[in-house]
This record gives sequence, C-alpha cells and structure tokens, in this order.
Amino acid sequence: MTTTSSSAPAPGRKVNRIGLELAAYRGGKSTLCAGCGHNAISERIVEACYEMGVESERVIKLSGIGCSSKSPAYFLGQAHGFNAVHGRMPSVATGATLANHRMLAMGVSGDGDTGAIGIGQFVHLMRRNVPMIYIVENNGCYGLTKGQLSPTADLGSTLKNGVVNDLPPVDLCALAMDLGASFVARSFSGDKKQMLSLLKAAIAHRGTAMLDILSPCVTFNDHEGSTKSYSYVKDHEEPLEEISFVPFFEEISIDYEPGTVRAVTLHDGSKLLLKKLAGDYDPGNKAMARRVIHESAARGEFPTGLIYVDPTRPDFLALLNLVDQPLAELPAGRTRPPREALDAINDALR
Amino acid sequence: MTSPSLASRGVTSGPAAFPVVNDFSIQVATVNGSGSQTANLVLLRSLFQSGVPVSGKNLFPSNIAGLPTWFTIRACRHGYVGRKKGTDILVAMNPETAHEDVLGLDPGAVVVYDEPLRLNALRDDLVFYAVPFDKLVAPVCPDAKLRKLVRNMIYDGVLAKLLGIELEEVDRALDRQLAKKPKALALNQAALRAGFDYAAANLEKRDPFVAERMQATSGRILVDGNAAAAIGAMMAGVTVVTWYPITPSSSLCETLATYMRRYRMDPETGKATFAVVQAEDELSALGMALGAGWMGARSMTATSGPGISLMAEFTGLGYYAEVPAVIFDVQRVGPSTGLPTRTAQGDILSTAFLSHGDTRHPMLLPSSPREIYEMAIAAFDLAERLQTPVFVMSDLDLGMNTWMSEPFPYPDAPMDRGKRLTPETLAALGEWGRYRDVDGDGIPYRTVAGDGLPPYFCRGSGHNDRAQYSERPGDYVANIDRIDRKFQHARTLVPPPVVERVEGARVGVIGYGTSHWAIVESRDQLREEAGLDTSYLRLRAFPFGPELEAFVAAHDRVYVVEQNRDGQMASLVTLDLDAALAPRVRRVLHYDGLPVDARTITDEILRQEAAAHQEARR
Ligand SMILES: Cc1ncc(C[n+]2csc(CCOP(=O)(O)OP(=O)(O)O)c2C)c(N)n1
Ligand code: SF4
Repeated sequence: MTTTSSSAPAPGRKVNRIGLELAAYRGGKSTLCAGCGHNAISERIVEACYEMGVESERVIKLSGIGCSSKSPAYFLGQAHGFNAVHGRMPSVATGATLANHRMLAMGVSGDGDTGAIGIGQFVHLMRRNVPMIYIVENNGCYGLTKGQLSPTADLGSTLKNGVVNDLPPVDLCALAMDLGASFVARSFSGDKKQMLSLLKAAIAHRGTAMLDILSPCVTFNDHEGSTKSYSYVKDHEEPLEEISFVPFFEEISIDYEPGTVRAVTLHDGSKLLLKKLAGDYDPGNKAMARRVIHESAARGEFPTGLIYVDPTRPDFLALLNLVDQPLAELPAGRTRPPREALDAINDALR
Repeated sequence: MTSPSLASRGVTSGPAAFPVVNDFSIQVATVNGSGSQTANLVLLRSLFQSGVPVSGKNLFPSNIAGLPTWFTIRACRHGYVGRKKGTDILVAMNPETAHEDVLGLDPGAVVVYDEPLRLNALRDDLVFYAVPFDKLVAPVCPDAKLRKLVRNMIYDGVLAKLLGIELEEVDRALDRQLAKKPKALALNQAALRAGFDYAAANLEKRDPFVAERMQATSGRILVDGNAAAAIGAMMAGVTVVTWYPITPSSSLCETLATYMRRYRMDPETGKATFAVVQAEDELSALGMALGAGWMGARSMTATSGPGISLMAEFTGLGYYAEVPAVIFDVQRVGPSTGLPTRTAQGDILSTAFLSHGDTRHPMLLPSSPREIYEMAIAAFDLAERLQTPVFVMSDLDLGMNTWMSEPFPYPDAPMDRGKRLTPETLAALGEWGRYRDVDGDGIPYRTVAGDGLPPYFCRGSGHNDRAQYSERPGDYVANIDRIDRKFQHARTLVPPPVVERVEGARVGVIGYGTSHWAIVESRDQLREEAGLDTSYLRLRAFPFGPELEAFVAAHDRVYVVEQNRDGQMASLVTLDLDAALAPRVRRVLHYDGLPVDARTITDEILRQEAAAHQEARR
C-alpha cells in the first residue's frame, strides 16, 4: 500500500497455515546500509510472522527514531505502522493497545532510542507489562546521527574518531527483567535460528516481550575495539540454552534428551523447549538470571537466549478490566451515557 | 484603585444607616490544611440556596498544610460573578496574615476575628466583631484533636446571624456536605449553633451588609469547571484518558475517572468501556493519547502549562501525522515553584503554535462550566473531523473554583467521527491516498488498524499524499499547504464568537475565557459611571472566524482584555487582521495570579480612552 515491495526472490509456492507466501510478509525495500544488522532482524521478523501464520492486518508496527526505527517500513507492508518521535514509541504503543487490545503490537527501537532519550518510557512500559513485542536493535552507537556513543556502549569501547567510552553500559535485559517485563531475551542479528525461535515465542507470549538483539552497525561500530562488532559478538556470545519453539498449532515432535529439556507453555498454548547448555539455568528464576547476566558481563560475554520468562504475570490491559470489544470500536450507544445518567449528575449538583 | 467609599457602603459610626442587600464579598483567611473548605462551601451553598447569585474562589498556596489560603465568596444580586476587587467582610482566622489582611481593607469593611488576635486595635475605620473561637469550640467538641476542623463552622454560624442568612439553609447545606459522615455532621451542627448563638447574644449589628432571599438561582447547579469538563468528556464518549498529575488540572481526570466508574461500566458485563491511565509524565500522556487516537479511539489528556511545554514535540507529530487527540490545558502561572496555584491565561500564544515547523492548533476558549462542558464535546468532534490535536484552554479560575451554572444539556447531535474510509468511499474514490485532499477542504480520509481497509505508514513531516516516505520538496509543500487548507476550513467549524454590537459604540471590547465575567461587569461600570458604551466580542475559538475582522473594522479602538503580561491573544488577533486595522487593537492586561476584576478593566480602559482623546486633540 504505502511501500514498494522488496526485490527479494520469491520463495516458491510454499504457503503458511493461512495460505500466504513468505513474500506477503515483506515490506518496502530497505534503505539501511548493506550488511546492517537491522536488515537481518527485519528478515527474521518476516520469517517468524510467516511461520506463525500471523495476519498482517492484525499487527501494528511502532517505532521511535533512528536507523533501527526506520525498519518497520521494511517488513509487513500490509500492517499499519507508526514512526513516532525519538524515544517515545512506548507511550504511543501503550495508547494503541489501550484502544485496541486485539492487535499484535510490535515495536522496534534502537539502543539510543531506548537507552538514552527513551529510557523513561521504556522503564514504564516494562513495569506495566504492556502486551507487545519490544525489539531493541542494539548496536552500541547512534547510527542515524553518525556514530556517537550510546548508553549501551561498553566501558572502554572506542569510536572511530578515537573517543573512548568511560561510562558503564546500561544492560537492557537486566533492567527490563527487574522492572517487570514478563519475557526477556537476548540474541544476535547473525544468529538466524535462535532469533527466529525467540521471535516466534515472543509472538505467542502475552505481556511485554523484550528482545535485546545485538545488531552491529557496519558503518560506525564494526571495528576493532567495539564490543558490538560482528567478530566480537561471535566470539563472546554465550548461549544459555538451545531454543526450539513449537507453535500451538504444531505437535511437539522435536527430540530432546530427557532431563536436559524444559518446556515453557506460553499464553496461546505454544511451547518453548529449552535445552540447557549452561547446567541448571532456569529462565523462570529471576535471581539466577540476574546473576548470570552480571557474571557474564564481568567476563565480557553476552548470555543469549531466553533469559527470563513468566507466562503467568497478567499484562497491563488485563488489569484494566476492559470490555471485550476494542475501545476504539465501541459504538456511540456504549460510550455516551443515557439521558437519565446526565439528569442524575445535574441533580446531584443542584 | 478607588473603591466604594465609606458613605456609599452605608457605614456610619453608629448602627448601619441603610442596608446593602446581597452585594458583598466575604474573604475567609485561614491556613491550608485546617479544614476550612467545608465551612466555606457550606456558606457559599447557603447563599445559593437562598436564591442569591454567588461565586466562590479559592486562593491557595502550592503547599499541603500550614500556608495561608483565602477563600472568597461573592454574593451579588446583579448576578456579577467575577472576582470583586476589595473585601467587604473579612473572616480573619490566620494569625500569620491577620495584620496584613486587616491593613489592606478599604474603610468600612467588616472584620470577624479570633478574639485573642485583638485586631480591633489596628484600625478605627472598620467594623470589628470579636469571636472567642477556642472558648466556643471546646464545649461542642470534646475531642481536642478535632477542634481545629470544627471551629471553622463557628464563623458560618456568626456570619449567618450577622448577615441574616436563614439558619435552615445553612443546616441544609451542611447536611449535603457531610451527609455521609454522621459524626462529623453532628459536631459541625453543634459548632454552627454555637457561633450563631454567640453572635445573637453578644454581637450588635453595626455594618450594612445583609443577605435576603431572592429567586435568582433556581434551576441552577454549582460546579467547578474541571468537573464540567470531565462530564463533557464522558458524554463525548471518550474511551482513553491518559494524564499526569498537575495542579490545577488533576481534578479534571480524577473527577472523570470517578464519573466513568459510575456511568461507563458495561451494564451486562460490569466491565469498563474506558481506560484511564496515569502516565509517567506528560510526554507519555500525550504519546498514549495519540497512539489511541491513531487507532481510532476518542482519547484525551489534561494538563497545565508545564505539561504543555513537555507535549510540544508530540503535538507537532500529531499535527503533521494528522492524528486526533483532545488536550485540556487548565492554565496557571509560569514554571516551577511560586505561583502554580494561581490563575492565568498565559499559554495562548505558545499553544497556538506549539512545537516546531509550521504548526498551528485549534483552541477552544470556554468561559463557564456550561461552556467547557459543551466545548469538551465539541473538541472530540473537531479533533476527529480535523484529524489533529485540539486544545481546550481552561484556567485555574474556571477549573478549580465554584461557579453557578445552567444544568448540562444532553448532547442530542450524533458524534462526528470524521472522515473514515469505508468500503463504499473506497469504491467511489477508486484509489485512496491517506493524505489526499478529495473534497477540497484539506481533510483526507483515514483508515485505522483493525478496520479491514488499506493500511498506511504514519509518520511526521516526510510523506506524499499516499503516505509514502518522501523527502521531495514538492511533496512537502503540497502537504503542508493542504494542512493549511484544513486549518482555514477549521475557521468555519469551531464555535463562532459571541458578538454584542451596541448601537453607536465607537469602542469595542474583546475577551475570552474567564475574563468574560469581569468584562460583563466592567462594561456596565463604563456605561453607568463614565457614559462609555462598548460593543463586545467574546472569542470562543482559534482559528478566528470572519466576525473578528468585521468587529475591529466597526470600531475606532478595540480593547483585548486578558490575563497575561504580553497580550498574547491581542498578538494572535493582530496577526490575523488586515494590517491597516492592527493599530486599533489595544491591550488591557492583568497578570498578578488573581482572577481579573471589573474595576481593573474599567480603570484601564478609561485611562487609555483619555490618552486616546488627548492624542486626538493634539
Ligand atoms: C528529540 C530528538 N533528539 C535528537 C534526535 C536525533 N536523533 C535521531 S536518531 C538518533 C539516535 C539513534 O540511535 P539509536 O536509537 O541507537 O538507533 P540506530 O540509528 O543506531 O539504529 C538521534 C539522536 C531526534 N530525532 N529527536
Ligand atoms: S549507519 Fe549503522 S545502524 Fe544505520 S543503517 Fe548503517 S549500519 Fe545500520
């Protein structure tokens, strides 16, 4: 509708469970730099929605400002999108879900958009557990304004111009978890398989699903000395578990060694199968998750995978006791009180 | 400032020479947190119930307890409800301010005071009534902790006796106020009696002020503007309310939430047909409102000046992306600490052009509870019709003070949900462009997520008429020129001004909002005291309609009366006028944090008129 479709090769006649081809989930042609991690994430979003049989018309895409925040234009061309202002996507997304709880809200932000100007709104979105997917495309720098340091830049990382970061980074996963997000994961734009599983699980989750995806900026932050470069992340990524996701519409058939596998049932009945790599790691245990994050950070490593999940925490809308019909769709007969109500109000003021 | 002289108040050294009936202002000076609000509202209501036109204004500090507050009640048989300059009857309960309060009175004023303060020693041109509050309260309120609260009711009893307010009416008002708290009611009733009996036995009437039953309030209600706005918003069918607390707007959303819980729960399921969310700040409050408006909900927020400043960027986004939302601005004096609890009309210019780029926003300018109720409803229609943020510019005086009002009429007109694309319009149009002007009024058709119609990507300044990303100069110009057409069209949609042309008048007055009430009174003063006839145009919205220019053109001088230092509306008016008419626009300004009063306006217009005539003679 609003964008020209991408020139990616058609994936043949293969269709998903609602009869759509992968191409139906694409958006406009990306205008980001070739090789930018953000493009890979858009690709995974397309695949995840395709594999889950998501109806694009039931999705709303939201973002702030930044290279990352441009990306909603490059996936799901058949969904409504709102490119808001810098750092303030969380509030727009919150308002949108209040108005129509039946939509699947998908937000894309950057580490500057989220960790700097938008950290206040980020904090409160996580606290509220607003039902939405919140993706941070984390490159440790400001891409769109040409490479300044962001709050997730690691202590000691250097800019191309030699500026050294001497402030500690904000760990968005630790923050989100502490604040109340009910699904917290980290991945890497180069890890197709893990990211896809996490995205599909996020789609099935009800509550805030915060995905911190390390996504190197090939133009400003993919060099020696950057802890958000491809080579650094590849070498220092420490998967917590091997993840498999089974949507509610599929039989569980994946064969995992008994004893090392844990299944997490999500809101819609889908299952996340976690094969432990790191001994007894339990994503339902906040204290352990916190410890793992901090300990690996001290070693200069990034734990990836599903860090924390609580499928039982009620989301923000559930707390508001709303009628089933979306507020935006209520007819006047249900939103304008009758004459007797106004008469009673007037009488009480006489 | 001259005020009625001793003689004109009928004050003599002996008993009153002639009564001044239903024309006085009472000022109760207390400490905030001392629970005087009940006593003040009971007094106000007793007069109202006696059919006497009243208004009540609370002048309070930005503090929870311990600082001085003054509550002013004006009774006026002529129906003037603006603030009256000067106090006729002072109830001095606050030792901190008592001296200053007494020294500031005009000769002939009445002082009811706490006996130990010995205020009668301060002046000999006032009428003093000493009341031993502590002695009176002790026997009626055995619990010493409650005495501080209950002793206020004693001055209601004293004043009822002195002014001749029927005790049954005071009792009835008290009943209403405390019906749900029988214990407090009993204590207050006893205190009221104690005050009344004390006055009857010990105070000889030596002042002229009298309250007499009238029939001027029947059918009316007593309400503050924030409650009226809340009721309007609820009747407008608002579904998403997002806000951040700030005086003087907080009670708007709080009252709204209370009414919604009562009248907007689905009768079948008991579930809410609305969401009220206290946001983390005003940026979020407006962001949420825009998110909801984009999705097709009727959404709103309420704030005051500091919040408006924070909302600037989002307001611009709403303007450029064309997303409806309603914003109530209950204006107050400037930033930070100091006078946040004082009134002003200080956000006019900054709100009209809030944000960056070529932004302009419709503003509605209510002057009364009834009007803000109606404008609240109109604002939601306009926001959806124009697909843009719409501001309702209230102020502290309207929002938090108590006003008489006509009851609120039921909105019979159906809601205007604006131009939403339907399958039929889509078929008729052939090809739809989100930002295409099909009807020539600058207003495009929109779709919302979930409606099954074509989606679009909503963003700020850079898009063409099909909502595609574009940085082409031509696309930008075409788009903002269309938005300007929309704004010009808005002139025909917003409430027109109320114009009162007086035959032969060479001088016009322009006002808006709460300044109206002082202007009404001032125009009578100008006519009666100086023989100056004035026409009057009361603005009710920005952008202005054609009536404005016609009005200015028809008068030699036009005085824009407002409550800010720089004549913000006068500037806006001047911008809109033919340049040749601009010199006719004069400014009458009031900006000390108190609601403007008639005398100030009258004196200033007469001063400027004299100067103009002198100029003409030279
Ligand atoms: C209020 C405001 N301040 C500053 C900017 C300029 N700005 C645009 S994008 C950006 C940083 C984006 O960085 P990040 O969120 O990390 O996204 P990336 O481009 O790296 O994907 C800034 C500072 C803006 N658009 N708005
Ligand atoms: S500048 Fe960096 S973040 Fe922006 S598109 Fe290019 S690679 Fe991606």
